[in-house]
Amino acid sequence: MARVNLKSLRGAVVPVVLLAVLEWYARGPGKNSDALAPPTEAAASLVGAVGDGSLLQASFFTLGSAAAGLAVGFVLGVLLGTWLGLSARAGRWGFLTVEVMRPIPSVALIPLAMLVYGFGVRMEASVVAFAVFWPMLVLAQAAARQVDLRLLEVADALRLSPAARLFKIVLPAMVPRLFVALRLGVAIALVVAVTVEIAANPHGLGYAIMLAQQSLDPALMLAWLFWIAVLGYAVNAGALWVQSRVARAMGASV
Amino acid sequence: MRRIHPLQWLPSLLVLAAFILLWWLASHHQWVSKVFLPTPEATWFRLLEGVASGPLTEQTLQTVGRMVQGWLLACGVGVVLGAMIGISQNARAFLQPILEFIRPLPASAIIPLAISIFGLGPNMVLFVVAFGAMWPVLLATLHGFASLEPRLHEVSSALQLSAFDFVRKVVLPSAMPDVLAGMRLSMTVSLIIAVVGEMIASQPGLGQAILLAARSFRADELFAGIVLLGVIGFVANALLGAAENWLLRWQRT
Repeated sequence: MARVNLKSLRGAVVPVVLLAVLEWYARGPGKNSDALAPPTEAAASLVGAVGDGSLLQASFFTLGSAAAGLAVGFVLGVLLGTWLGLSARAGRWGFLTVEVMRPIPSVALIPLAMLVYGFGVRMEASVVAFAVFWPMLVLAQAAARQVDLRLLEVADALRLSPAARLFKIVLPAMVPRLFVALRLGVAIALVVAVTVEIAANPHGLGYAIMLAQQSLDPALMLAWLFWIAVLGYAVNAGALWVQSRVARAMGASV
Repeated sequence: MRRIHPLQWLPSLLVLAAFILLWWLASHHQWVSKVFLPTPEATWFRLLEGVASGPLTEQTLQTVGRMVQGWLLACGVGVVLGAMIGISQNARAFLQPILEFIRPLPASAIIPLAISIFGLGPNMVLFVVAFGAMWPVLLATLHGFASLEPRLHEVSSALQLSAFDFVRKVVLPSAMPDVLAGMRLSMTVSLIIAVVGEMIASQPGLGQAILLAARSFRADELFAGIVLLGVIGFVANALLGAAENWLLRWQRT
């Protein structure tokens, strides 16, 4: 038991040493740095940001926009992808359009979204939705192709209406794979949301960290950086947990 | 990917043409404001003009240059760092947790830190591109070490391979599919961060060009830039896909 504990502590050694070195450097040789600050001061700034509510507000904005964009991109991507996957003809016909649109980097749409929506939630969510849409479409298409043919035959034999076929047979059969797609979508959504804020949108976590940099407050900047890392880790871990729970509940047939 | 018969391209092409027709209708009948949506022919004209007279070509080359430089840096550092960490059980145990912690961090979030360190210059953009694009390669290389067939370990110790030869002749070839897939993902990341970096640091390139076009409400220029960025992404992905096929041909027996 003690041995296991000791082993799991090894991962903490490097971060602790790095923090100590940073603390020493930022208090000694790099005292006047605009880039680095002692971790203790960063921690104090983090507490300050929690105290004045800016941390909660910024996190709420970023997570909210990411979730809104994810919801739109996921639903549209899955519906269209399912259609393209179920009908071989639709898949063939749509192939070129998908391949032409998919490689457009999502950030290229930031200026366009700015033009259409101005700054705010809708602009950020639309870029997130575009970024999430294509991978979801591709994954849903693959998932729909792999639905057991016998299930589709059962649907034919029961003479289900197209809607009943979709909601009672096809989508349930795709659920484990859809949650794998959702986990990927969550990761993309958060990254894109922060990126949009850093590049243009004056709200949320990305803007907060840019602002801290521009006001030459390295302690606050590192505090935000740390918080974004923690949030990213937590959100990804949560999505992974949900995905594996669903996979197990569905009999882990993936 | 299955080969598709040339005739089967036709409906696919028609669907794409239908979408462009829809775009044409939407812009000509003002279903969407002209401020946001230029006509397809205006976009095409702007694209031709920009490429012929130079600025768009130049900006494209600048963005591609940034992307490729950062990507090469990321691949090099990712593989070397991955090999150095992966070769030792201890290094893996000590470093893996912090790597797993940093991995989900959006690469763009370190832009402010990079600005404080490097200033608003090309080196800053290059650093962030390389940093962001490094993770897929690094983690794929690490994964290659962790998932190495145990008997290959025994073979290499029986052959008394040096650590360097072990990495070069055994681990990297067996990890190659993962590493190449990681490199492909890296290329996508590189393009995204190069564009963001150009927007923020006002470095010449397509990222800055489309931002300026949007700010001055020149929708046709904006769309021409977006089209070019799409082309860059498409070509980069296709080239890497072909390279992957070629490099992995020994695997398909």
